[in-house]
Amino acid sequence: MMAPFDPVSAAVGGALIGVSATLLMLLTGRIAGISGILGDLVDLASGDRLWRLAFVAGLIAAPLVLAAGGYGLRAPAMPGWSVVIAAGLLVGFGTRLGSGCTSGHGICGVARLSPRSIMATLTFMIVAMIVVAIMRHAI
Amino acid sequence: MRILSAFLCGLIFGLGLVTSGMTDTAKVLGFLDVLAIPKGAWDPTLVIVMVAALAVSTPGLLLAKNRARPLFADAAAWPMRTAIDPPLLAGAALFGAGWGLVGLCPGPAIANLATLAPAVLVFSAAMIAGMAVHDVWRRGATKREAALADG
Repeated sequence: MMAPFDPVSAAVGGALIGVSATLLMLLTGRIAGISGILGDLVDLASGDRLWRLAFVAGLIAAPLVLAAGGYGLRAPAMPGWSVVIAAGLLVGFGTRLGSGCTSGHGICGVARLSPRSIMATLTFMIVAMIVVAIMRHAI
Repeated sequence: MRILSAFLCGLIFGLGLVTSGMTDTAKVLGFLDVLAIPKGAWDPTLVIVMVAALAVSTPGLLLAKNRARPLFADAAAWPMRTAIDPPLLAGAALFGAGWGLVGLCPGPAIANLATLAPAVLVFSAAMIAGMAVHDVWRRGATKREAALADG
């Protein structure tokens, strides 16, 4: 069952994401693009890994911090294994090929008014909407 | 300080994802389901999250751009590429397809690892495998091109 629409939490959470993207650039000079940070963390050929590991650790720690404060830690609803694996591969390969995801292109790139990121964001949004339309309404 | 900053930024990012509901695949898919709009069953959460995030990051990144250098690094690594080329569009389309199938993009996939849900672990493992496949393939293609250029 879907949680009810809560615009205040959505706005507060969104603002926190914006704060994170701003601080990461102001303090470390890096774009808060999760696929880039994670991809370069697991890429054996890349260097300068420690800050990437620290960022990913913070990301995983966040739900645990909230859970310690009484905020429920709930596993998300997931489809069957074959879909989960196919989708994971697509997200991993696609974000590397397209040099970014919802954070790097969608938040940081759009904020910088980068035409490249705006095109990428429109593309993945529209394709995702088409896939959901097919999965939910055509099959 | 640079490493601590990165950890704190990851933490703040994750707090934002969880409080906004973006780690909940049902909410993300509820937004992507545009055919639900006429039925009044559409979930606009992601729009609010994007607008709020951009309301902070747009002036925030502009401020960073106007500073000589980051506080804890020698130089800022701003993205240099501007071309809207086939890899960008093909990659975004493949990513969008995977995102639409499950409702997880990389940030929420990693934050959700904290739940230790088997499906999330498998999704994240597949995602990392997909990244590795891309990097190996890309490096192979670059080598072949170099070999061709060398004649």
